[in-house]
Amino acid sequence: MSPFGDPRVPEALGHLPDYLGNHVRVSLAALLLGLIVSLPLAILTRRHPLMRGALLAFASVVQTVPGLALLALFYPLLLAASALTLAWLGFSFSAFGFLPAMLALALYSMLPVLRNSITALNGIDAGLKEAAQGVGMTERQSLFMIELPLALPVIMAGIRTAAVWVIGTATLSTPIGQTSLGNYIFAGLQTQNWVFVLFGCVASAVLALAVDQLLGLIENGLRRRSRVRTALGGIGLAALLAATLVPSMARPVSSYAVGAKTFTEQYVLSALISDRLRDSGLAATTRAGLGSSVIFEALAASDVDVYVDYSGTLWANQFHHSDVRPREELLKELQRLLAKQDITLLGEIGFENAYALVMPRKRAEALGIRSIADLAARAPGLSIAGDYEFFSRPEWIGLRQAYGLSFRAQRQMQPDFMYAAVASGEVDVIAGYTSDGLIAKYDLVVLDDPRHAIPPYDAVLLLAPRRKDDERLKAALEPLLGRIDIATMREANLRASGNDATSSPDAVARWLWERIGKR
Amino acid sequence: MPSGTMIGYAHVAKSFPGSDGARVRAVDGVSLDIAPAEFLAIVGSSGSGKSTLLRLTNRLIEADSGKITIEGKDVGDSDPVMLRRRMGYVFQSGGLFPHMSVADNIGITPRLLGTPPQQISSRVDELLELVRLDPTEHRHRLPHELSGGQRQRVGVARALAASPHIVLMDEPFGALDPLTRDGLGEDYRALHSKLGLTTVMITHDMTEAILLADRIAVMGGGKLLAQGTPAELAGSDDAYVTELLRTPRRQAERLSSLSGPDGAA
Repeated sequence: MSPFGDPRVPEALGHLPDYLGNHVRVSLAALLLGLIVSLPLAILTRRHPLMRGALLAFASVVQTVPGLALLALFYPLLLAASALTLAWLGFSFSAFGFLPAMLALALYSMLPVLRNSITALNGIDAGLKEAAQGVGMTERQSLFMIELPLALPVIMAGIRTAAVWVIGTATLSTPIGQTSLGNYIFAGLQTQNWVFVLFGCVASAVLALAVDQLLGLIENGLRRRSRVRTALGGIGLAALLAATLVPSMARPVSSYAVGAKTFTEQYVLSALISDRLRDSGLAATTRAGLGSSVIFEALAASDVDVYVDYSGTLWANQFHHSDVRPREELLKELQRLLAKQDITLLGEIGFENAYALVMPRKRAEALGIRSIADLAARAPGLSIAGDYEFFSRPEWIGLRQAYGLSFRAQRQMQPDFMYAAVASGEVDVIAGYTSDGLIAKYDLVVLDDPRHAIPPYDAVLLLAPRRKDDERLKAALEPLLGRIDIATMREANLRASGNDATSSPDAVARWLWERIGKR
Repeated sequence: MPSGTMIGYAHVAKSFPGSDGARVRAVDGVSLDIAPAEFLAIVGSSGSGKSTLLRLTNRLIEADSGKITIEGKDVGDSDPVMLRRRMGYVFQSGGLFPHMSVADNIGITPRLLGTPPQQISSRVDELLELVRLDPTEHRHRLPHELSGGQRQRVGVARALAASPHIVLMDEPFGALDPLTRDGLGEDYRALHSKLGLTTVMITHDMTEAILLADRIAVMGGGKLLAQGTPAELAGSDDAYVTELLRTPRRQAERLSSLSGPDGAA
């Protein structure tokens, strides 16, 4: 099949206006904020070497923090700030998406701008500064008429570097809820859709290159004092901004935000939910690739309107309970707890996606392991892998306490890779998910949990506080309740784990609807 | 020459922190009066304090002690920015702003003083004519498109733009080739007389000082060593002054001997 015939390409293209527009918007805002802060700082500290040193050191330290970590840090920071403003000033703001992404990226953009501005302003010929004074300029006039114009090409070079960094790093703002070209990359990585990954990489690289070239043209124009070049660069940049921003602005404002966590099943379910909403005439946008607690906070703040969570996850992570309760009782209690936050637990979808300890069937038989209790005796000689959050989740603590588990080594892995890793013997045991289609594919076995250390994980639909009385939304989601059993979800997940045209979340969601809609 | 004092220096001193921590007395108790419409050259080697004395005049740097007066008024009492706008200043190797056209460079001080743009524009043309540069050809050029001599002519035009009575010149012709330098020096001297300016020029070249100035002040080690007309200086018994005068004298002698007895030197 030619790459252009692949249905994933038009699907990727369909997302482009939204992803690109949001990417440009957050990058532009971050860059402008960075400039508004950096330039005056560079000017203020130009006569104070000590402050200048401290400022550059701070910016350098910020630069050494990995981009993803910096973005992730701003989320809890803003969450706390929002709680404070609510308590003291009576208003709160969204700690999700645009704001944290913009602030983190702005901080990231500061170093090149600061460094270049400071270097440029310091490097102005002392003779010229004296001449400016000599012809009767005040300090301010000297700064604005002589020093800044002469420093401008070098400052522009710094802005150019910052722009490229920000555009590149903005792809990492997807997990904190800011839609960006990173959505392609994160979704592609989770669902092994390499067309998406490639598309996201190419799109952000092309964007960065285009901006770099246009800013380069402006810089060159300033350097050579060529108004034509400067103007051409400016016009090109304005055209690029208009072309990328306008299409995404045409989107309906009152669209429903459908959330998805970072694994395949979530991508499929969010696509399924979006389809249901659209079929009912409601506009839907997807906010995919969100961390487990980020997505819950986002729902509580009505930044996300609907998503699928799992009862055990909510119980342990959001409400910090370590006791395990029977299924029905747990659901009732959850419903009550969620209602306190105005969150609606609309109902169960039908399947359960529990954490489970999983190993190859043959290996388990050879070692005589059938349950986690059997595993505990062998564990000191074995290694275990889990997803990025498993080992810090209360379930893991519960499991270890219940069975006295202690492994030789533990590793964190991208969920879709761990099944292959355990099948190939790279690790001995994985903390997998019961609904995962790969369990059957790789002939793995789910170990029994005789002490019921792992709570039930019914998939449930959650609605944001602002949607609690939204009957149209509830009616649109009604056909999903109780309809997807574990076998169907496993098959859907297995399909989605493939790497071909029929395995995109959208395609699998359509297949899934065919299956359950006919019943 | 009108009598009275245009610029007066009385016991002026200025010291800077030196490299070894001790303070270097750059200007050490200088007293000197400059009459209106006088052309004074201050001669001395580098480190003699001549540039510091010039900078003290329009308060680019501040004196430690002593008093500098302009038309009888203490410069310390006037706003340094306004003081500088009232005096022309010609910088070593031009000091033109590289991002501004010739016209913008020349018009800068009037612009700072709030002169209307049209008035500045005609003033710029007038000044370009005055320093013998063709206005239509030169006003839109950038400094880097000019020769060294042209740049210095623009520097002189800029100093004259706000019609000052006083022009301070810091080795204005030092970086030029001898021919350009002579032409420019003579042209400036003519402007000085025509406009009735009071000029203080720093130079390390005694020949230039003798050819252009009414009076020469010789500085060394921050002190005023001697001052007077070229003829008066010739009679000085100060060893350093005699040494300074030897070079132009020797040059003159060699020139006349080379061009023969009936040479028209």
